[in-house]
Amino acid sequence: MIVADRKSIEEILGMVKDCRKILVVGCKGCVTVCNVGGLKEVEILASTMKIARKKDGNPLEIDERVLERQCDREYVSQLGDEVNNYDAVVSMACGVGPQFLSEMYREQRFFPAVNTTFFGGATQHGVWEERCAGCGTCGIHMFGGLCPIARCAKSLLHGPCGGSSNGACEVNKDTECIWDSIVRKKMEAGELEDLMGVKGLKDWQTARDGGPRRSIREELVQGNI
Amino acid sequence: MRLSYPADIKVIQVPCTGRVDILHLLNAIEDGADGVYVAGCLEGECHYREGNLKARRKVEYVKKTLEELGIEPERVEMYNLSSAQGARFAEIANEMAEKIKGLGPTPIKANSAA
Repeated sequence: MIVADRKSIEEILGMVKDCRKILVVGCKGCVTVCNVGGLKEVEILASTMKIARKKDGNPLEIDERVLERQCDREYVSQLGDEVNNYDAVVSMACGVGPQFLSEMYREQRFFPAVNTTFFGGATQHGVWEERCAGCGTCGIHMFGGLCPIARCAKSLLHGPCGGSSNGACEVNKDTECIWDSIVRKKMEAGELEDLMGVKGLKDWQTARDGGPRRSIREELVQGNI
Repeated sequence: MRLSYPADIKVIQVPCTGRVDILHLLNAIEDGADGVYVAGCLEGECHYREGNLKARRKVEYVKKTLEELGIEPERVEMYNLSSAQGARFAEIANEMAEKIKGLGPTPIKANSAA
């Protein structure tokens, strides 16, 4: 899923300091799963903002909505004209949400309440870790099922660098050296030889280096399926 | 026992403090309560195993939030006592009421009335 962290209350309050009535919109997708932008978080943010503004003697009226997803126009369109009843709208979705909203409702201002961080999963309750860099050319199978693009600080493809120390990355001692894990896993499986071959140049055009990406599924575009 | 405790404390009963939500505490502050405290069972003696421990974590979350907003975190507290400790219940009520009196009225109420 897409993982995000909520911005500080101070930053969010700063975004809407000139507003008297706003809408906070959550998303039932990834940000609900990573406990940052679902119904509960929308209610907590709204209440916290109202407390802060009441304390300053400048009350803020807040309505709350949670959309099925903010990355599909059919759901974004559900807000309809009521979106213009507010001085601003705060989105608790990942970075996709405020953009889909901005594109559909051009007269309104949309502020992001979260910092979108990475594609990952929960390794324990309350802890999420990056697993995918969305490079567009998946080769996880070549590395024992562990992705060095996303999980090696240097995205190395032929083994660990000299900064690998006791299984930890030199960039951050709390980060595992994924190449250490890849080599150990392949050794245990008796498949170390698989890592010896020289891999061809990786085509980074499918990653961000090729500019913003677009995925087209002709059969769906044509409405055949 | 016929013990007395301050009349300005409003008791809201829940089946277990595990039912208390962050929003219940925030909404109370938002609506102008000078303070809120949760009276849960003794730690280790929750009938539902860890309802009181979860309540404590929620109280801590709200304390942190209030601190970020420049509001005294002491306005929200967690206490633990058994249902057999009637005297302790009255004692806690008095203690909390005294603490809130010391802090003065909530800044929320004062400013929104102005």
